Amino acid sequence: MLSLTVFAPLVAAALLLAARRLPDRVVVWAWVVVAAGEFALTVALWVTYDGEGIGHETDRPWIPGAGAAYHVGVDGLSLPLLALTAVVFLMCAVHTLRREGERDVRRFAALFLALETTCLGLFAALDLILFFLFFDLSIVGMYLVIAGWGHGARAARSALRFFLYTFVGSLALLLGFIGLYAASSPHTFDLVELTADPPLRGEGAGGALVLLAVCVGLAVKTPTFPFHTWLPPAHTDAPAAGSAVLAAVLLKMGTYGFVRIAMPVLPDAWRTYALVVVVVGVVSVLYGALVALAQTGFKRMVAYTSVNHMGYILLALGAAGMLGGGDTGTRTVAVSGAVAQMVSHGLITGALFLLSGVLWDRAGTYAMDAFGGLAGPAPRFAALTALAAFASLGLPGFSGFVAEFQIFAGSLGPAPVPTALALLGILVTAGLFLRALHRVFLGPPGSATAPVHDLRPAETWSVVPLLALSVAVGLAPRWLLDTVEPAARRVVELVSR
Amino acid sequence: MDPLALAPELLLLLGAVLTLLTGSYLPRQRQWPARLIAALALVGSLAAAVVQAAGDDRMVYAHTYAVDGPTHTARVLVPLAALAVLALSVERTRGDRREAEFSVLVLLGSLGSVLLAGASDLLVLAVAYLLASFPLYALAGWARDARGAEAALKTYLLGALLGITLLLGVTLLYGLAGATDYAGLRDALGGAPRAALAVGVVALLAGLLFKAGAVPGHFWVPDAATGATVPAAAFLTTVPKIGGLIALARVLLAVPDSVVDWRLLVAAVATAGMTLGNLAAFGQRDPLRLLGYSTVGQAGYALMAVAVAGREDALRGLLFYLAAYALTNVGAFAVAAALPTRTTLGAYRGLGRHRPWTTAALAVCLLGLVGTPPTAVFVGKLTVFSATWDGGLAWLVVVAALNTVASLFYYLRWLAPALTPGPPETAPVEDARPWASTTAVGAAAATVALGVAAGPVLAVLPDGLLR
Repeated sequence: MLSLTVFAPLVAAALLLAARRLPDRVVVWAWVVVAAGEFALTVALWVTYDGEGIGHETDRPWIPGAGAAYHVGVDGLSLPLLALTAVVFLMCAVHTLRREGERDVRRFAALFLALETTCLGLFAALDLILFFLFFDLSIVGMYLVIAGWGHGARAARSALRFFLYTFVGSLALLLGFIGLYAASSPHTFDLVELTADPPLRGEGAGGALVLLAVCVGLAVKTPTFPFHTWLPPAHTDAPAAGSAVLAAVLLKMGTYGFVRIAMPVLPDAWRTYALVVVVVGVVSVLYGALVALAQTGFKRMVAYTSVNHMGYILLALGAAGMLGGGDTGTRTVAVSGAVAQMVSHGLITGALFLLSGVLWDRAGTYAMDAFGGLAGPAPRFAALTALAAFASLGLPGFSGFVAEFQIFAGSLGPAPVPTALALLGILVTAGLFLRALHRVFLGPPGSATAPVHDLRPAETWSVVPLLALSVAVGLAPRWLLDTVEPAARRVVELVSR
Repeated sequence: MDPLALAPELLLLLGAVLTLLTGSYLPRQRQWPARLIAALALVGSLAAAVVQAAGDDRMVYAHTYAVDGPTHTARVLVPLAALAVLALSVERTRGDRREAEFSVLVLLGSLGSVLLAGASDLLVLAVAYLLASFPLYALAGWARDARGAEAALKTYLLGALLGITLLLGVTLLYGLAGATDYAGLRDALGGAPRAALAVGVVALLAGLLFKAGAVPGHFWVPDAATGATVPAAAFLTTVPKIGGLIALARVLLAVPDSVVDWRLLVAAVATAGMTLGNLAAFGQRDPLRLLGYSTVGQAGYALMAVAVAGREDALRGLLFYLAAYALTNVGAFAVAAALPTRTTLGAYRGLGRHRPWTTAALAVCLLGLVGTPPTAVFVGKLTVFSATWDGGLAWLVVVAALNTVASLFYYLRWLAPALTPGPPETAPVEDARPWASTTAVGAAAATVALGVAAGPVLAVLPDGLLR
């Protein structure tokens, strides 16, 4: 069933490409139906997962000569992300139902469906080469989305920059994978085997270099300071649905890689350099927040808050690797907070990017100074954006609070000073979101206020479920954390051995 | 004596003769039967090779020629690549005065490349080198225009010069070992004087690096890629590499690395090749010249496997890499052959809108050359990199990874305009070239298929050779 879930969108994409004569409405509805089916499948995967180890596993030889296999499976780390992926892609499909839908909808839908396969495949992969395959193909797919459907004069340039950065990062990742392969005996790319018997234990230089290669590759994708410079232009010039997927799902590939690969397979090196990870995380938190504060464009500001939010995840994962101070329980809280943050950020930032698309659709600009007083003509838009903004700054009652509270509670013991510094990030984020809401929705109307009318049903219904899920996690987090926590504890055990 | 042992090679030779004769007697506008005969000869050679591959590996003709896994691979790869070249050349060569000659030269060049791959004796190697080189000179100048003449002259001068050094190397090794067959060399060279052996190996290497189009024998490659006709360039940059690199692995394995550290030498040459090829490709505005330099870089990656030849998975990786490279490179050249008037990178702008299939083929081939999964070159790189790391040359893998990063930039300089909407830099005058574009799409599909089905293919490929 897992393989079906992963590859069904790809098949649908091929069918859509082959069906040249379909009217656009039919295409989008077909896309919505497939995406909804995918969501149902991921929910079914989650419900039928028995909570122990790896479920729904398939392990077939693929390139035995090269040590690569088609090995997929799910556990508490991947299930929430698989479900998140399915939700976000479904909402993108719904979003495209609006009247100003993208041009050349057939290819747009096919591309997104193919992209969905790469995202689901990555979160299900238990083989490094399979992981790398989906990692690279997601880059190619997102490049095509930005270059083909981006707006703004520099879309092609931004797409190229995104591609170069993340692709170069992926090559560093591959180098690290080959290092792991060469160091393991018998040679294998299998994550389960590598986790059970980690190579490069105790050899200082080898483990450190391989960890460096893997981390650089993942950090570019995440992105953390100083590898984040591709992110703002890519987000600004991507279509709304593209931005939503990029922020909500593609960025998680980086952070998921840390939890899935870097920590369990290179435990010694991770513990040795945990402080570096923490520092990079804190710098990302503060830098992302401060730069976001200085932005004049709404979408660019949201893009920078992603850097800030990803920084919290690194802080937690680094803290979980720091021995001394904090027992297994505390560190488990940090890791499960990091996973919750991935889900939470996906829901909230996905919603924010879909909402920011409204500004461009109506007025052709993101400049916050051009707007003002939007709450009057567009009350639903204002209300939903305000909700998303409050969720993003970590207000209790939303998923962001659950995640960030766990991160801080778990990290405070092992890394008190960095955690205290990172707390400042919350303050700045709160300030910047309030300021943005103030500039866009309150006050006298700006030059671009006139053409903005309220949300269409498709736009409303693409955002409401995301925020509803965020509230659901925020009010009753157990259904999520009960799945995540055992896996998080396992990661902590693996990294402390 | 077993005349049938060389059936695939003989079929190529027979095909060349028949094509030449048929071409001479046919009117200029109806030369297609000659091409058909050439294609049939290639298919026949391929079939014979497959039949023989099922049999036992053995040495034939007094231990001078190996009928073993690497030879079988070359016997399959070379005709396949040649068939693709014949297909993509249809529009360019049809109706030309020398249409049949093109097919003949392709057949003879293929024959030379296969013989190079199978040679297990220094004298056979020397003969195969000459046989593999002369058709290439003619092929480079096939169009008989000024650029073709330059391409032919450059190829010829370098080929002749490095051919002489190859003969010098053969002489030296023979003098040192008292034998010319590789088994004899292996036994006798253990106690050879180091300096003399080193000179001999370097001289021999130079000739074979010319065939592989690798640094330092690469100077002809960019000129041949731009000066020769596109189909000829596709052949020149693909087929000789197959024979040259297998021959290199064979002959080096006959030299004990305890006496002369040829592994380090090859690793250095590989480093120089990929770095130089990639750096030189950066500034190119002509897609063909860019591809030319890219093939120099690609030869560098393949040489990594030669540097660790004899160790686990190295030979298998080399053979897979050659197969993947040949498919992908022919595909990229086929795109250029389908769009002959787009001679600058900027002229590809907006291609995606008008030619979605050709653009998709271009994207797959160029991303393939970078090494993007799931294309074949990715698996090729993966196996070669792993074998090299395993073989103790981890630094070379790091160099190669850095070079892969660098290569990304120039491949994208070509791909990005093609995917960007907008008018091209110069308005192309285009007629449909169905043969060339179909070849491009076919090669692109094949490189993905080979990548996905890499498991069984790798299992079939041999990891050792006979001596």
